[in-house]
Amino acid sequence: MRIKIKKESCTGCRLCEQICTIWHYKEINPKKAAIAIEPHFPEPGIFEPKLCVQCGICAKECPVDAIHLEGEAYVLHADECTNCGICVEACPIDVLYTHADVPTPLKCDLCLKCTEVCNTGALTVVRRSD
Amino acid sequence: MDGFGGTTLRINLSTEEIERTPTDPELARNWLGARGFVSKILYDEVPRDADPMGPDNRFIVTTGVLTGSFCPVGSKVGFGCISPATNGHADSSMGGHLGPELRYAGYDLIVMEGIAARPSYLYIDDDTVELRPAGDYWGMGSLELEERMKKDLGEDFQIATIGPSGENGIVFSCITHDFGRQAGRCGVGAVMGSKKLKAIAVRGTKSLPAHDLESHWNLTYDILQRTKTHPNMAPWQKYGTAFFVGWSNERGCFPTKNFQETYHKDWEKIDGERLVEDCLVSDKACFGCWMNCGKYTRARIPGKPDTYQEGPEYETIALVGGSCAFTDINHVAYANYLLDNIGMDTMSGGSTVAFAMECYQRGIITKDDLEGHELRWGNIDDFEHFVGMIAERRGVGDTFALGTKGAAEILGQGTIAFASQAKGMEFSGYDTRWYPAQLLSYCTCDIGAHHSKSWTITTDIELGRDTIEGKAPVVIYLQHIRPLFDTWSCCRLFWGELDVTPEEHVESIRYLTGWDITLDECMRVSERVWNLNRAHYIERNGGPGRRFDVAPARHLDEPIPDGPAEGKVVGRENFEAMLDDYYANRGWDRNGNPTREVLEDLGIGYAADNLEKLGHLGEPIPGGIPKVRGQKLKPKAM
Repeated sequence: MRIKIKKESCTGCRLCEQICTIWHYKEINPKKAAIAIEPHFPEPGIFEPKLCVQCGICAKECPVDAIHLEGEAYVLHADECTNCGICVEACPIDVLYTHADVPTPLKCDLCLKCTEVCNTGALTVVRRSD
Repeated sequence: MDGFGGTTLRINLSTEEIERTPTDPELARNWLGARGFVSKILYDEVPRDADPMGPDNRFIVTTGVLTGSFCPVGSKVGFGCISPATNGHADSSMGGHLGPELRYAGYDLIVMEGIAARPSYLYIDDDTVELRPAGDYWGMGSLELEERMKKDLGEDFQIATIGPSGENGIVFSCITHDFGRQAGRCGVGAVMGSKKLKAIAVRGTKSLPAHDLESHWNLTYDILQRTKTHPNMAPWQKYGTAFFVGWSNERGCFPTKNFQETYHKDWEKIDGERLVEDCLVSDKACFGCWMNCGKYTRARIPGKPDTYQEGPEYETIALVGGSCAFTDINHVAYANYLLDNIGMDTMSGGSTVAFAMECYQRGIITKDDLEGHELRWGNIDDFEHFVGMIAERRGVGDTFALGTKGAAEILGQGTIAFASQAKGMEFSGYDTRWYPAQLLSYCTCDIGAHHSKSWTITTDIELGRDTIEGKAPVVIYLQHIRPLFDTWSCCRLFWGELDVTPEEHVESIRYLTGWDITLDECMRVSERVWNLNRAHYIERNGGPGRRFDVAPARHLDEPIPDGPAEGKVVGRENFEAMLDDYYANRGWDRNGNPTREVLEDLGIGYAADNLEKLGHLGEPIPGGIPKVRGQKLKPKAM
């Protein structure tokens, strides 16, 4: 299972950012999301959802093994994380985020809440075999 | 305070003093935000003789109780001031992302006064608030400047700008954000320009405190799943408001050639279908919205550079496309870009150019006035040249920079008869001659003619377009419920189009704030705002109120020449009878002055004292005022 991104369908509403922080932090604060919408305006005039693809490179690079493979998601365990920032640097597509008030990087754990609120098909759930 | 950013900023632009205070809980509860905050602050603070373009006017940037929340859709930010177009209360809002960003930076309300000594912009990065020099930005187009500031400050700043139009004080200047969202009406961009404020840039990283977040988000989550399959969802997602171009033409209310006609025979060349087929680049949504009515487009015209813009939306297609008689959607989209970038409201801007085109048609202005150019219906080159004349106030452009009413007063020759405006602000994109309630709505509207405060085309159809019976109480109800969304500072389309009820919005407010608030209380706030704005208007402009509720002669006397509404006209007797009915249902006297009884009932007895001193307090109504003012016709209206 993974989240498929269809960027041409993204409208930049950022509901995915909203629900991500409400679900994980019980807060209204899209800046704490593990997903970000990157606008490209005025040209070419599209939005680009930037989200972890669960490649696992961050887990390999983590010096304290705080990122565990659980099912199909690499999950960051806050109680083990030292916030050294190595995973953020190591991410090849720059989708591990940070926030000054959160003591660990913000990483997608494949909870799929963003796919439940996306109404345009920009974020959908697919099985690995699809 | 749950549900609020918590801080109010007071900025004196002349002295560059910046003061932070906790947002006043009483102001929040009694006025709810945005339009409500603007109403109260302007009434309390602006001297009645203050020049709208002078230092004593306030320029207010404000959010409302739902901004940035998870309620559908708290995307809005409001701007307020005394309008240079109407000389009364102005509130104008826009979606996008700026309002939520302000709340995440911790601010509910920013009140500015004075005039900056040099071109400046307001920079907010969480707790850092600075007035920064904007000399390099002065003169730039609105859209070009947003692109430049994103490069200078970072993509994660939300930015609002004005263009040359706002710098030069054109009374229908707008404020632009998110490459195509506008606070368009009332000339808020002109007042921002008069303050020498070129832009506002905001970044916020804080959390918006919520009283009961789980209930707040569960409610919205249920609404979201329910509305995904609503029958209106698909057309709104595909076409946005442009969907209504055909609808209006078929009903004979589409402004054509400056409201000379109400049916555009080539409407299919400028409707939503053409827009999507010929110009669409991407669908674009405001913050937190799953209906994405924004259409980001590219206009392609041989011999001109391609332009990117959001829209045109229905109002622009009506008042630029129809009213200036364009027959190519690329020309309407290009005109949309021109007005957006130069910083003019496409509604009043389109209407003002259309008014000038009629003046040209009638020989009232000629090529001699137009630097040798013409001003022909549907000609994009003529349109572009004339907009430039207005923006730079060159020659006769300086006259039209005052809007249709101001221009008509200078031009004379009976032009006021075909200036489709009320209180100095141009009509929205719906003709009124077969829609008397819409005419009443425009002419009694507290910010000047604007459909957003009361849109009654479907009401007129349901109650009968050839009658005035029963219209006034429904207009009053709509003038309370519709602006309530501007007070909550959220989009009204989920109510109007997707059947999300006002009660659900109030439930969301309860979860967010912890208040035991009801819809009835919110409606009372909305009526309080309406009455305070009326008192304020009379205090600034003199009385009696009735002399300002005036309809343009065209809409009273001139039958529609052809199309589905051929021969229709409201008539003076009908209009005056509707006004009588309207005042009686509002608890105002026959002169259109609010009575002490109604003002005290709404908790603003101080406005009665002020009106009394000026001799414009309404005479007591024999038998008393109606206990309930306004009457709901049906569960929803757009």
